[in-house]
Amino acid sequence: MATAAITAERETYLNSAYGLKSWLLTKDHKRIAVLYFITISIFFAIGGTFAGLIRLELLTPEGDLVSSETYNKLFTMHGVIMVFFFLIPSIPATLGNFFLPMMIGARDLAFPRINLLSWYLLIAGGAFAIFAMVAGGVDTGWTFYTPYSTSYSTTYVIATALGIFIAGFSSILTGLNFVVTVHRMRAPGMTWFRLPLFVWSHYATSLIQVLGTPVIAVTLFLVLCERLFHLGIFDPALGGDPVLFQHLFWFYSHPAVYIMVLPGMAVISEIVSTFSRKPVYGYAFVAFSSMAIAVIGFLVWGHHLFVSGQSLYAGLVFSFLSYFVAIPSAVKVFNWTATLYRGSISYDTPMLYAFGFIGLFTIGGLTGLFVASLGMDVHVTDTYFVIAHFHYVMVGGTIMAYLGGVHYWWPKMTGRMYPEGFAKLSALVIFIGFNLTFFPQFILGYLGMPRRYHEYSQEFQLLHVLSSAGASVLAVGYIMPAIYFLWSLRYGPVAGANPWGASGLEWRTPSPPPTHNFDRIPVVTFDAYDYSTVIPTEVNDVGH
Amino acid sequence: MDTSSTHLETGAAHEAETLALREQFDTEEQQRDAATLGMWVFLITEILFFGGAFLAYTIYRSSYPAVFGLASSSLNLPIGATNTCVLLLSSFTMVMAVRAGQLGQRKAIIIFLIITMFFGLAFLGIKAYEWTEKFEEHHVPALSNFFLEGTSLQGQAKIFFSLYFAMTGLHALHMVVGVGILLFIIWKTSQGTYSPEYYTPIDIAGLYWHFVDLVWIFLFPLFYLIDRHLPR
Amino acid sequence: MNQHGEPSHHVDSVRTYVGVLIALLIATIVTALVATLDLGPFNIIVALGIACVKMMLVVLFFMHVRYSTLLTRLVMIGGLMWLAILLLLSFVDFGTRGWIGVPGK
Repeated sequence: MATAAITAERETYLNSAYGLKSWLLTKDHKRIAVLYFITISIFFAIGGTFAGLIRLELLTPEGDLVSSETYNKLFTMHGVIMVFFFLIPSIPATLGNFFLPMMIGARDLAFPRINLLSWYLLIAGGAFAIFAMVAGGVDTGWTFYTPYSTSYSTTYVIATALGIFIAGFSSILTGLNFVVTVHRMRAPGMTWFRLPLFVWSHYATSLIQVLGTPVIAVTLFLVLCERLFHLGIFDPALGGDPVLFQHLFWFYSHPAVYIMVLPGMAVISEIVSTFSRKPVYGYAFVAFSSMAIAVIGFLVWGHHLFVSGQSLYAGLVFSFLSYFVAIPSAVKVFNWTATLYRGSISYDTPMLYAFGFIGLFTIGGLTGLFVASLGMDVHVTDTYFVIAHFHYVMVGGTIMAYLGGVHYWWPKMTGRMYPEGFAKLSALVIFIGFNLTFFPQFILGYLGMPRRYHEYSQEFQLLHVLSSAGASVLAVGYIMPAIYFLWSLRYGPVAGANPWGASGLEWRTPSPPPTHNFDRIPVVTFDAYDYSTVIPTEVNDVGH
Repeated sequence: MDTSSTHLETGAAHEAETLALREQFDTEEQQRDAATLGMWVFLITEILFFGGAFLAYTIYRSSYPAVFGLASSSLNLPIGATNTCVLLLSSFTMVMAVRAGQLGQRKAIIIFLIITMFFGLAFLGIKAYEWTEKFEEHHVPALSNFFLEGTSLQGQAKIFFSLYFAMTGLHALHMVVGVGILLFIIWKTSQGTYSPEYYTPIDIAGLYWHFVDLVWIFLFPLFYLIDRHLPR
Repeated sequence: MNQHGEPSHHVDSVRTYVGVLIALLIATIVTALVATLDLGPFNIIVALGIACVKMMLVVLFFMHVRYSTLLTRLVMIGGLMWLAILLLLSFVDFGTRGWIGVPGK
């Protein structure tokens, strides 16, 4: 292979050391990012399998494939795995871990050993969760509402909660590392307002991880105590208040939505700018909108409790506050769109995902206004409308952005290009599959189909069949990248340092980057997205 | 073409890293600032970790004031106050150890840390004694013989003692971790790892220790003092 | 020690630390004694007020926030603010239960 000779000339983070030990004990943020990438891909496959089984069961109105108990376990484990072990670490721990230090011109994160520790914590937490699943599953729903989770469920609540508890520390430590890194590790000349918007969004995400995650930790700790020792803190029989659990749970879990979607927005800002070859319109607004989302995200959690016995006045306050999240979210969508205006747009795969994100996130966000409104929410609470809403944000938003980001930075991470044609096809398949899966669920929910039921009335079958068909298209769309990415590792064309002509510091160092990211720490004399300073490199096709 | 080859300097000359200057940092000051900031960020996660429990406490204290006042009064005030003083003394010796670290007085660091650890263990010992009392008084919510005299609302009393055990237990767990950290620092100090140029770990351990002290400064009035004056 | 006036290198005198310790111990004894007197609603205010004073002493002197950077202070204040958000917004619910006299609202 001619290409092998070219890449072997130079020491990169991939060939600086070999062997399992050099990976499992690495302190290099890029290698840790790769470890995360492999880990969360496995979790995604597991969570996706559960989703597939759920959709299979819902093909027919009768509960014929699995029993109701098994169905409860399926949707619980789908939620637990996807939320805590895929979506939360997805973009920050892989793309963020890999590129945040590079974008600010640092050799590594501030605390490389803590970075490795947080990966091991995710593995340890995941081991508990997987153990719970293998041993017999858990059926409380990913929300662990009390008193069912503390007093009545006979499934593996303790192991699962412990797993999430441990994985939470992984998330906290990643956030802590990012916060300190952004404050203390910026290269000379890299002022706050020269930071790529990717860094701003990740900084905001990290603040949420640091401020929110401890609360879910102590909440799960109390649930564990209550389950083990029958304490009664959330048990109405003794005077405890289950709604208190919901307050504590959603104080974290609502902002956690922004832990999932803000990094997606981070990726989209980079992609939209690169493939329009223009600076993001209204840089400062987009930067501050990330911070605003992080702050306002903490003031709205009560909208999950509208029908839970929360006081009506609290409902009014939380409903009112919830609308404010729409402002910074809309700022982002408008500014991305404005960036496109008169841009020199190219329709490479990452850009297709970015278009997908912008459209689907907008639908997800706008339906968020429906469920934030007190009166409307009473009608759609616990229906498929809510399911469709948050899947539009999390799958249509975060996973689209995640895949877009993986395509965008794949040449940087591996030094190889993926096959563009297949990639475009898979982006299209995913977009179609996604909408076919989840759009019918808006209608289902509005018509009154409740969530978490494995049987349903005859009249809902058509929409459920459409949704299940969409899920199988979506599955094909997700399997395709897995195949061509692996293929590209060996046979992909050699990428060069900057195949997209992008402007970030990560593109001004070779692909794949050397262990310390830069041969010499850059001195930054230009703003983010300054394309006048960019020399794009061409894709070297010799290996093709 | 791959322009990267033109970037290539000879292996990016990095000097061998030292404890005071790890390879990812440019200056010792940058490393020190990063460590301190990291510790403070960690401490705010701790604030919110205990914060969730404080919320539960506040809600139930305001919902069930009578039973909570009664239960508060059943706690052993002299022991609680003594333990508070023990912990404050340990914070004092801890800060003296950090001071010795700043001045590079290795012997003084070790002596002050050992005294700090002694106070920490004394706190845990007194706490253990107090918990044993609870077993004898049937004030342990996990046991079937739980009973608080003077009220018919045993469920609410149970919630008080649940929170008491959960929160003092979490605090004690932090103390145990703190003692472990002190042991590690004592060992490292005896090996001559620290100097006036590099004493960050002592500083950081001090921040942690003081924070654990701070939590107790609030647990003490909340559990032992409020509504103790009410006539029974 | 204090070579270039670096913030983390301030060395306080032993006298300062002893003074702070004595203040903390006195505050503890005072708060324990006051708790047995009937001050009506002021009992809780005194107890928490003294706790806050003790907190400030520990934070400013023992944790060296007196000399710390603006950022460290912001981090600390931010943490306390988020605790306040958790407590206050929860009380928007728990504090208004039963206002309209409909069970569960």
